[in-house]
Amino acid sequence: MLPCTGRIDESLLLKAFENGADGVMVIGCLEGDCHYVNGNIRARARVERVYNILEQINIGPERIRMYNLSAGEGAKFAAFTSEFVTRVEELGPSPINLARSNGPKESEQEVQAT
Amino acid sequence: MKAGSNLERVLEAGHFAVTAECGPPRGADGDKVLKKAELVKGNVDACNVTDNQTSVVRMSSVAGCMLVKQTGTEPLLQMVVRDRNRIALQSDLLGAAALGVRNLLCLSGDHQKFGDDPQAKNVFDIDSIQLIHLVKTMRDEGVFPSGDKLEGAPKFYIGCAINPFADPFEIRVPRFKLKIEAGADFVQTQCIYNMDKFKRFMEEAKKEGLHERTKILAGVTPLKSAGMAKFMNRMVAGIEIPEEFIKRIADEPKEKQAAKGIEMCIEQIQEIKEMEGIAGVHVMAIEWEEKLNEIVGGAGLLPRPMVEQ
Amino acid sequence: MITGTPKPIEEILEMLEPYDNIIVAGCFGCVTVCRVGGDKEVQVLSSTLRLAREAAGRKIEIKEVCLERQCDPEYLEPMRPYIEDYQAVLSIACGAGIQFMAEKFTKSPLLPGINTGFLGVTERQGEWTERCQGCGDCVLHLTGGICPVTRCAKSIFHGPCGGSVQGTCEVDKEVKCGWQLIIDRLVTLDQMDNYGKLKPYKGWDSSRDGGPRRIIREDMV
Repeated sequence: MLPCTGRIDESLLLKAFENGADGVMVIGCLEGDCHYVNGNIRARARVERVYNILEQINIGPERIRMYNLSAGEGAKFAAFTSEFVTRVEELGPSPINLARSNGPKESEQEVQAT
Repeated sequence: MKAGSNLERVLEAGHFAVTAECGPPRGADGDKVLKKAELVKGNVDACNVTDNQTSVVRMSSVAGCMLVKQTGTEPLLQMVVRDRNRIALQSDLLGAAALGVRNLLCLSGDHQKFGDDPQAKNVFDIDSIQLIHLVKTMRDEGVFPSGDKLEGAPKFYIGCAINPFADPFEIRVPRFKLKIEAGADFVQTQCIYNMDKFKRFMEEAKKEGLHERTKILAGVTPLKSAGMAKFMNRMVAGIEIPEEFIKRIADEPKEKQAAKGIEMCIEQIQEIKEMEGIAGVHVMAIEWEEKLNEIVGGAGLLPRPMVEQ
Repeated sequence: MITGTPKPIEEILEMLEPYDNIIVAGCFGCVTVCRVGGDKEVQVLSSTLRLAREAAGRKIEIKEVCLERQCDPEYLEPMRPYIEDYQAVLSIACGAGIQFMAEKFTKSPLLPGINTGFLGVTERQGEWTERCQGCGDCVLHLTGGICPVTRCAKSIFHGPCGGSVQGTCEVDKEVKCGWQLIIDRLVTLDQMDNYGKLKPYKGWDSSRDGGPRRIIREDMV
């Protein structure tokens, strides 16, 4: 359990990929609406850094994405999730999972915080 | 006489001195220097030979001085502290003196970033003002800065450069004074276009009596075109060409701009000649040495005086 | 503090080519403060390397450690029991720390994971600037607290040179002219007398030019 996306750091996001995630969705509160003032802004910067790392090591930067939602936007949450899952399915298994050569796996993980 | 160079004799005799400069070539072709020197000959009292200006690698200034000397013009060795530590500076000074070079201009040198080897290590072991002091110590006391006696002191007429237009303006006169205190016998200024600002600078310098302690040669550079003026204004640190100055050239048709530039340069020299405290003019006709005769002659400064040793 | 920048991942991967199990060692000193070599960076770099290597079909095993300081012998000692279980150490401490570790553990290849920068200060998060070159002969009392050796691109002692334009250095418009700063400060302090004095040639023998330096404090040895 994370109290806020502000607690997510780069290593945690990378760990998700090490643990077999094909994609990682980070969902934070709406910008300007953070309970801890700017946790979600910090999270955005960290997601960007991980995006750059994934690009450098050819894992595919588009496997990570940050969304902002309020707690009352259930329908939007569903839509974003479907959109992201579709996107990751199009990309196929991450090179890590391919290398582990157990064939393509359904293993999207979501790190969620509100 | 401190060094007995022609330039020193002309200045000490009270004549209005003329110097120019020759940039050595980007290669080993000595004829390039000889050709330039032929154009300079008879028009100056001494000719500066630049030392890897703007950090672009060129033939060494000591070698350039020797080539200029061969043609019968007295060389003035420029030396920057960017590329040589104090060991190399002393050694090159002794060598140049042994070869008969009698005038020296002590400079910092542009940062290597501007040249063809921006990754080079710079030296700046001592600064240009300390170089003046170093040469003066060797010349007048006959010793190395370390205190050891020299087998023959290098006799240089010691010069420095000043830029009356660089920032901060209020430090220009105090820094000039430092150079004189370090031992500068003469000074050549950065090219002047803003005469009003230069006059203000001179007023401040005169208040301190600096014009009586050193010979001031005012720098001028003829403009070839309005384009060159705009380029220099934008790209060269410490150069400012007033708008009305540029406008006078820009108002001419393209083919007449060069002639206008020369006419204005002559006007400037004539104005400078009348200023109190100015001992001469340093004409930097950059890659335009063939116009030197026209400029110096046009300003009524020919023939150059012969002063007995 | 001593600053640094991460080496590009590609360069590190190339260094790691011969190895399959390594230690990634951080330092809780300066490099933690400037966010280039602390425990967080150890974790991120290790994950990144594992991912990159596994994706390339050749896994690498990494032990992640972060020492109190890599420049003090007592903090290196705890590595002794296990260091030779690994083929190499990738250190993200400064060059001093990396070398000290190499000296203490002579059988382990030491690889630098960062490029060590300079002695500097934090202007704001993510921006550091240089202040000191450790020349061994401080003159800050004469120059308004601003170092001519470090802050002037030419390290001159009677500046500014002709390349100073409206307070900026000819080398880079983003860099302030050190001598403009010195003069402004001397004016503020009413110490312009210091400017007018000729300064002796600097003795660079107390700087790196005198060879690798050593400090021995008899009162402390």
